[in-house]
Amino acid sequence: MKMFCRMLDALCSLRLTMVCLAAAFILVFAGTLAQVRFGLYFVQEAYFQSWIVWWQAAGGNFRIPVFPGGHAIGAMLLVNLVAAHIRMFAWTWEKVGTQLTHFGLIVMLAGGLATDMLSVESYMRIREGEARNYSEDKVDMELAVVELGDSEFEQVTAVPGARLAAGGTIDHDSLPFRLAVRGFYPNSRLQMITQQGAAVPAASMGTGQRVAVKSMPRTTKLDERDVMSAVLEIIPRKGAELGTWLVSDSLAAAQQFEVGGRRFTIQLRPMRHYKPYSIKLLEFTHETYPGTQIPKNFSSKVMLDDPGLNENRQVLIYMNHPLRYRGETYYQSGYDRDNSGTVLQVVRNPSWQTPYIACLLVSLGLIYQFTLHLARFVRRNKVSPAP
Amino acid sequence: MKRLAPYLILILATLWTVSSWRPPSYSSDEFDLSSFKRIPVLVGGRIKPMDTVARNSLLIIRGKQTVRRADGGRLPAARWLADLLFDPSKADEHPVFAVANQEVLGMFGWPQADKRYCTYAELKPHIPKIEEEGKLASGTEAVNRTPFQAAIFNLRNSLALYQRIRNSVHQEDTVDFTKEIETYAKAVADGARGLADGGSPLDGERMSLLRTAVARYESQADFAYLLMVAPPAGGGEGDWLSTGAALMRVKSPENMPTPVRALAMMGDAYRADDHATFAKASLDYANWLNFVHPEWAGRTSFELRFNQMEPFYHSMVLYVAAFLLACLSWLFRPRGLRQTAFLLLILAFAVHSFGMLARMYIQGRPPVTNLYSSAIFVGWGAALLGIILERFHRDGIGAATSGMVGFITLIVSHHLGTSGDTLEMMQAVLDSNFWLATHVVVITAGYSAMFLAGFLGIAYVLLGVFTRLLKPARAKRLTDMVYGITCFAILFSFVGTVLGGIWADQSWGRFWGWDPKENGALLIVIWCAMLLHARWAGYIRQRGIMAMAIFGNAITAFSWFGVNMLGVGLHTYGFMDKAFPWLVGFVVVQMLVIVLSRLPLHLWRSPIRINGGNTAVAV
Repeated sequence: MKMFCRMLDALCSLRLTMVCLAAAFILVFAGTLAQVRFGLYFVQEAYFQSWIVWWQAAGGNFRIPVFPGGHAIGAMLLVNLVAAHIRMFAWTWEKVGTQLTHFGLIVMLAGGLATDMLSVESYMRIREGEARNYSEDKVDMELAVVELGDSEFEQVTAVPGARLAAGGTIDHDSLPFRLAVRGFYPNSRLQMITQQGAAVPAASMGTGQRVAVKSMPRTTKLDERDVMSAVLEIIPRKGAELGTWLVSDSLAAAQQFEVGGRRFTIQLRPMRHYKPYSIKLLEFTHETYPGTQIPKNFSSKVMLDDPGLNENRQVLIYMNHPLRYRGETYYQSGYDRDNSGTVLQVVRNPSWQTPYIACLLVSLGLIYQFTLHLARFVRRNKVSPAP
Repeated sequence: MKRLAPYLILILATLWTVSSWRPPSYSSDEFDLSSFKRIPVLVGGRIKPMDTVARNSLLIIRGKQTVRRADGGRLPAARWLADLLFDPSKADEHPVFAVANQEVLGMFGWPQADKRYCTYAELKPHIPKIEEEGKLASGTEAVNRTPFQAAIFNLRNSLALYQRIRNSVHQEDTVDFTKEIETYAKAVADGARGLADGGSPLDGERMSLLRTAVARYESQADFAYLLMVAPPAGGGEGDWLSTGAALMRVKSPENMPTPVRALAMMGDAYRADDHATFAKASLDYANWLNFVHPEWAGRTSFELRFNQMEPFYHSMVLYVAAFLLACLSWLFRPRGLRQTAFLLLILAFAVHSFGMLARMYIQGRPPVTNLYSSAIFVGWGAALLGIILERFHRDGIGAATSGMVGFITLIVSHHLGTSGDTLEMMQAVLDSNFWLATHVVVITAGYSAMFLAGFLGIAYVLLGVFTRLLKPARAKRLTDMVYGITCFAILFSFVGTVLGGIWADQSWGRFWGWDPKENGALLIVIWCAMLLHARWAGYIRQRGIMAMAIFGNAITAFSWFGVNMLGVGLHTYGFMDKAFPWLVGFVVVQMLVIVLSRLPLHLWRSPIRINGGNTAVAV
């Protein structure tokens, strides 16, 4: 019992708050500097959205924990705050501001953890006049094996990119063949093989016969993404060998092959998130300041069509004015070079409102508390003696 | 007399400041540029006076706002621009291209280190080589360029800018522009009439003349840097044209646009060294603009005055004066000195505020839009807080500290302002006055508070260690100030950061992205929270609070500038490699002061440990 009380005391203590704050300070600082070498996405995952920050020797297989990660510190701070809040709660006018501030922080930390766990970011790329009912993941890739048939619908078998990274053989009941991973490149560059060709073709069949694949270090830049590639051997359950095939993020077209009289296409593409509605791009506008190339505004006029909810309306999406629809938010994010296609960022974040609430609570709390201090200070110093 | 002295000094200082509002006068044996300077032109998406275009272009090319001629004389920016626009062969002899890099000089085969500025005429034979090397360098990212590459890249850009300005009014080999455009307009009209009658339009000679002219104007329209032809009454910003483009639209001598005719007249007079005609032509044109576009002309006239007045230079000098007087007031303790310091501080603040408001009026934006204006705003905020402190405490510390912060931030802004127009247009995502006015202003006010607290901390340590002035009462007062301002800082930094998050949520769909600038702001918030909690828990007393506040300076500087130097993230709007040593120096100085604050108390000259007989209670 005594032990329990001691632990409870420790959980509520200011000392723990200080330790957490100091740890957060160090983590944020180190994480910021680390971005120069490792890039934003890696650091985000390794430092801020993790429980433990690991140190791994270059080329080594073992890793050692060096620091608590963002989730660990955030959770500890949350526990500390909640415990202290419950323990010390006292309703006096003196304390209202402090209570409000800390309650707001609790909301913010909880919301932040929820966002990290639950939010999904993807992109929707639409040409003028086209409609889309899916968005493409920002990071994750999928290997899509599509069976071509006579029916209106396609039979798609999707293999996550992470499964390819793991290597080995992929065996799925719906397919009359197995896929063996013969090569995997997290980031790569493809080069056409010209006549003098000293380069080795990446694969024995399909586009891969004319292309060499070169492994690249993973990108650290915000405006670039890794080009994932893999070399797969298609092994039919019956019949002749089909050789190796190159699939890559930078090969736009799907490649076709036949197994036992059934036709398939294979393609490595960004993972798709399908929606129960579609968005059609009517017009994309790119304005610049007169006499310059400085962009003034980008906007996409789209038609939102949702047969399920009987919605069919026109929406204008432009800078700082996103479309929020069915739990997802669409932002103007980019455009095609010829100005007739748009890129919308699609975010699903169930806890997007928590920062707004938290900000309001904390601000009110701080303003209340400091006004109180200030008023007292002014009253005390009304007549200030000259030194 | 003694009582009046501070006010007398205030009046003198005010006169000194206000006198710069008057435009300079020109004698009859030189070109009167006063009308030329205020003529509005469209450059970089904004309508600005010629004077601003001249200053900014020269800043980009030479790094300074005046030209020092080979004979030692000085040439104001506007005069240089007039040379370049109207009489290019003369301008080509002014040494304006800053070439400091030894390897670049070596590439030209010039003796190294004896030259810093060269003329266009000198560079001309080397242009193909510069073009080639510059193109190579542009393939490398700014962060990874070698000093040679950076220098050649800048030189190439300067040359391009120079050439574009040179061809803005007319082609560089033009002699009599008025006659040229009259002949051209007549040929166009005759040709059109001939076509309408069904006959052969023009004879061979006039036809070829027309063809050459069109080719010239076409290339001019493509290259012109300044859009100088204001639209007729009722036209908007999108209707400005270069002279080349305007000439291509001319149908007959009658519909020759007034601006083109006026510019031709000014240029011809300029080349003929005819001072009176030039002055008259430019005044007539300026008056026409006043009449047709009073809104634009009013703004550019105001901007010209603003340029001449240099409010930030004046407030910088006044801040230093206030700082020095406040320091002297502790040594000699007369009340008069402190009061003079306070009055000068208020004047400095007033001039500073005027400059900031003037920028807001010219740009039509909230005060902070880029790194340059953030520096100006940080100083302004700190000065305001310092004045309030001084008003309550009346012991010179508020005045000295805010004078110091005001001075330093204005120096910083001066050096940030060397990359051209500081009133540039906002990129699409930033084009939101609401968020610029809330998030950016609030977060910058947080920086102000952090710096003021940090400098108060420095004042505490320096006064305590090196002087006997830090009496216990004053030490207590300083601590209260730092505490109060830190409260202010955490409020502003927190609210500003969250507002930034909300803006990001509105425009990218993520509230928080661990971008370096966001992290920098978060570091400030966490540090303030640590300071406040440590104080409440009793882990730190006076000296600890001060040390933490001083470290706050380093954190704020990192968050303000340091993260921009990392070259990653969304906020790299002001990448500056030159500032890096300065940032490191600043942080090192903060560390030294912190070390100093840890000196055992018996080494401090001030008796802060004696506190009602007890030792080291409150320290």
